[in-house]
Amino acid sequence: MSQLFPRLTDKVLRIALGVVGLMAVTGGGVAAYLLHPEQVDTGYTPKQPIAYSHKLHAGDLGIDCLYCHTSVDKAAFAAVPATETCMNCHDRVKPQHPEIIKIRESYATGNPIPWVKVHKLPDYAYFNHQAHVTAGVSCVSCHGRIDQMIEVKQVEPLSMAWCLNCHRNPAASIRPAELVTKLSWKPDRDPAEIGREIIAAKNIHPPTNCSGCHR
Amino acid sequence: MSSVDPTLVQLSPNSEPRKYWRSLDELANTPKFRDWLHREFPESASELVDDKSRRTMLKLMAASFGLAGLTACRRPEQKILPQSKGIEDYIPGKPQFYATAYTQGGVASGLLVECHDGRPTKIEGNPRHGYSLGSASAFAQASLLNLYDPDRAKYPMKEGVRMKWDDFTVFAQPHFAGLGQGQDLRFLVEPSSSPSLAAVKQHALSKYPGAKWIEYEPLNRDEAIAGAQIAFGQPLEVHHQFEKAEVILSLDFDFLGLDSPTILPVKQFSNARRVESKEDHMSRLYVVEPSYTVTGGMADHRLRSRAADVRTVAAELLKQLGGLTVLNGATTPHGRWIAAAAKDLKAHAGKSLVVAGPRQPAAVHALVALINQQLGNLGQTVTYTKVADGWRPQLEQLKELAADLAAGRVKTLVILGGNPVYTAPTDLALADKFKQVPVSILLSEQDNETAAVVKWALPETHYLETWGDALAADGTPTVQQPMIEPLYEGKSKSELLALLTGYKDKRPYDIVRNQWFASLPGDKEKAWRKALHDGIVESAPKAAPVSATPNAQKVSEAFAALKPAGQGTEVNFFASAGAYDGRFSNNAWMQEAPEPMTKLTWDNAALLSPATAKQLGVESGDLLEIAVGGAKTPMPALIQPGHADNSISISLGYGRTRVGRVGNGVGHNAGAVRTSDAFWFGSGSVAKTGRKYPLSHTQEHFSMEGRPIVREATLEHFHHHPDFAKHAVHVPKLFSLYDEHTYEKGAQWGMVIDLNTCIGCNACVVACQSENNIPVVGKDQVARGREMHWIRLDRYYSNDPNDPQVVTHPMACQQCESAPCEVVCPVAATVHSPEGLNEMAYNRCVGTRYCANNCPYKVRRFNFLEYHKDITEVGKMAHNPDVSVRMRGVMEKCNYCVQRIQEARIAAKADGRRPIRDGEVKTACMQTCPADAIVFGNINDPESRISKLRKQDANYGVLEELNTRPRTTYLAKLRNPNPELA
Repeated sequence: MSQLFPRLTDKVLRIALGVVGLMAVTGGGVAAYLLHPEQVDTGYTPKQPIAYSHKLHAGDLGIDCLYCHTSVDKAAFAAVPATETCMNCHDRVKPQHPEIIKIRESYATGNPIPWVKVHKLPDYAYFNHQAHVTAGVSCVSCHGRIDQMIEVKQVEPLSMAWCLNCHRNPAASIRPAELVTKLSWKPDRDPAEIGREIIAAKNIHPPTNCSGCHR
Repeated sequence: MSSVDPTLVQLSPNSEPRKYWRSLDELANTPKFRDWLHREFPESASELVDDKSRRTMLKLMAASFGLAGLTACRRPEQKILPQSKGIEDYIPGKPQFYATAYTQGGVASGLLVECHDGRPTKIEGNPRHGYSLGSASAFAQASLLNLYDPDRAKYPMKEGVRMKWDDFTVFAQPHFAGLGQGQDLRFLVEPSSSPSLAAVKQHALSKYPGAKWIEYEPLNRDEAIAGAQIAFGQPLEVHHQFEKAEVILSLDFDFLGLDSPTILPVKQFSNARRVESKEDHMSRLYVVEPSYTVTGGMADHRLRSRAADVRTVAAELLKQLGGLTVLNGATTPHGRWIAAAAKDLKAHAGKSLVVAGPRQPAAVHALVALINQQLGNLGQTVTYTKVADGWRPQLEQLKELAADLAAGRVKTLVILGGNPVYTAPTDLALADKFKQVPVSILLSEQDNETAAVVKWALPETHYLETWGDALAADGTPTVQQPMIEPLYEGKSKSELLALLTGYKDKRPYDIVRNQWFASLPGDKEKAWRKALHDGIVESAPKAAPVSATPNAQKVSEAFAALKPAGQGTEVNFFASAGAYDGRFSNNAWMQEAPEPMTKLTWDNAALLSPATAKQLGVESGDLLEIAVGGAKTPMPALIQPGHADNSISISLGYGRTRVGRVGNGVGHNAGAVRTSDAFWFGSGSVAKTGRKYPLSHTQEHFSMEGRPIVREATLEHFHHHPDFAKHAVHVPKLFSLYDEHTYEKGAQWGMVIDLNTCIGCNACVVACQSENNIPVVGKDQVARGREMHWIRLDRYYSNDPNDPQVVTHPMACQQCESAPCEVVCPVAATVHSPEGLNEMAYNRCVGTRYCANNCPYKVRRFNFLEYHKDITEVGKMAHNPDVSVRMRGVMEKCNYCVQRIQEARIAAKADGRRPIRDGEVKTACMQTCPADAIVFGNINDPESRISKLRKQDANYGVLEELNTRPRTTYLAKLRNPNPELA
């Protein structure tokens, strides 16, 4: 019986297999890169129902983060403030501004303002603001210069590897607890040195085991 | 292994080997049992569900992959909805705790309920309440699920048509205004101790003097009160001091289990049984009972006896104590047992206690009063208090109502709570009679069998939705505070009654507040706030003990008048550990919690002794037909070692036809053969139907093949050899092939479980389920060995299958220091934490199940299916937001409530970075354990309670010889037998 396939077949098959393999590896690599939180999540800037500017309030006017995000040192959630908090000032300040009218409506009707969540973690990651803020991790470490943002944007990937980077080497991100909301704080010496002193004094050892964050 | 008897265990070098076994199949070592045991996973646990073929599976997967590509491009938008106006002291995400009251059998237990963002998620006992002392029963825990029951009565219904409350009011107000004196008005009410409801009742009865108020509950304590009526000439409630009693004899009284509406007796009893050093003593318990209860399981001496023969034991006991002879010729074959018990009781006169259960007739209770008087226990370990005025036995009241209904004397019937059509004795035929009433109104939480026969079925609020109050057994007023607005359109009993009768207050809050406000001392507003905070009105007077002497003549007459036990097989009616009387029928947690003795889930059964089964030619799983009087019901047989012969026990609350998707058609209705003549027990007959009925029980799952898992000894043996538990097995010097973890630094968590005080009541199982979002899997999945409970209460029988003893052994992940599961996980989904926890990272788990296979304790649970799939939106509100809900294909197991450890750690850090204090972290099981048998803490702290317990002689680790070095250890079980009966 004559040969069914020409002699070349083997070679072609080998090359084809190699090409397919190479494509799979490259495709996988490209997909892994593109789908990484660094690419997908960083830069997320959703449109908010009210054109609230952190730059104006926290930056230009210098209102402390804790004025609105009251539970940040008391609970896991930083808590977006109730409409009532806005009304403390906007009862008198620019009451007729079209954006403020939306706030007044929410206050009058009791309907919540549907803010869009910017910084999202998966449900199985139990991040706790209280633990970080009381240890001396500044808002800026995760949220960036919010006081310079007109629209809030996610600046860090918030991926597990990114979390662990800091949990393994916390010194550079630790500052005196009373300065956590001072986003523009620039120490006059190496911040890691200050961090190391605080870590030693407060006996800070961030968990790197699973149940530290996942329950 | 077949050459060695796997059930024979040598507990100590100087003791006889003892047989431990968990089922009759195991004892007989049948091939079926061996097959079950030796499979890597229980039968068909490893196969896919049968209705999905591999092909459909592939199709589904292909479809979902295709869709996955489309959805992944867009990031789903999530909203944050802050309140418009803030709430004082409310911090989003921080749980809040409020005191409230849970009522069962008209008696209040104080609770502390954890609420997450306005929804109750976890029920704990109120530590300030004298009848809870920080613990909550399995029922109280599970009552949370009743709140979120998707099949609850939600809206007013008129003959099956949904109406509005306004429609009802428009009808009811003129109707009730035209009732005149109320001659043909009847109220049928679930008994309640609520003073505010009593005030509205008072108003209703003064407005309608001709009306009658009938109270009925299928499981009541009337016989005990009637017994006091015989003995003391007045109806009295009896109270026992189990802590003070050194010798206790229980006559058919499951005081540690279902016969006590609160958990105080368990607290008292376990305090008297706890042995922490070899100088400690413990009380001695004798139990006489027909079926095996948790109280019987704790007994040092248990006498199995038909319920009708218990009276003979009581009479013989009184005679042996030198009291009255009331036995007319009847004899008991247990003379030696009774004589020894009598001698023991007498030797502890004034510090002993004889108690009788609610199922025993009044004359036996009266006789027990005489016995306690003879022993000088009255006023010491037994006290009596007055009951509410106008007390009458409930059954008598209900019979009178049935007669009135039959004679057409009732034109308007108002039923407040309960489910009388299902729970009333079957001979009263209430369903047909209710249908004849022109106006019948039902207020009920459940859309139940009674709702089917009334004109108006109105929704009742759950107790966590409304204001109310109730009295604890000693009269302590307990405030019932709502945790959440009514989810549906429910109203409370007093609210509806106020509406119908035009009471001065309309809102439940006003009704309750005005009941107490005037009587509060000092600054009333402040005192009221304190009462709400504490859950109790401390200033209110408690019921004073009545001192009275029993009248021997009257007791003797009543005893002589007792109806003799009938011929034939005795049929006993019990509350069920799952559904109770049917109020938990639609509660999946209770349906799936294994019954403490039979380990039966999702069913009830006719329990009978091995000898009776042999005589009748019956095997477990045979469907029987039980007949009492003219009534019949089918019921599957289940052989219960230690049951009295010639007697069967069936439990109530099953065979529901209208309760909801969980409870409909589960089990068989024992109530169908419960008549007013045989209310607690009676004689009947048993016939085989020739059919089989599958029962799902967990007793053979994860067996442990004849190794000394439970270790027990007598108190005397313990006094001579306090370290007996350590010598039950030879542990050679062991070393590990792997790198060993070091555990010197920081907190190192551990747990000690005291087998001596654990009664096996299921409270921890339900607490764990509630805290950790553990799914319910259903009867079919339990039969395949796929139950998900993280805590397994192993019940071991020992010795004679006809009359065995029982030890309960709680088994959860032992958090081994060198854990066999960790080294086989290919993806490092289960790893060790620096604090000694064996952690599960659910999102890493790929479901190989190697870990479960390699676990010698068999405590790992695998999500074979998507068990959370069918949970309704309202059902999801019961979930604990601090714990991940696990998906299909993921392994899970006990993690020492790591979420509570983290919470305490973060709180301690915020509080000046101090170390976590001893007792600051309580696992859910420890927190709720009524017997305080579970202690959790830091074993690195030499001052912690757990460190002290671990140093005790009786402390041992299970399977230590495998070098697993478990963090959970056990204190060996002790019994205190009477040397005369040994």
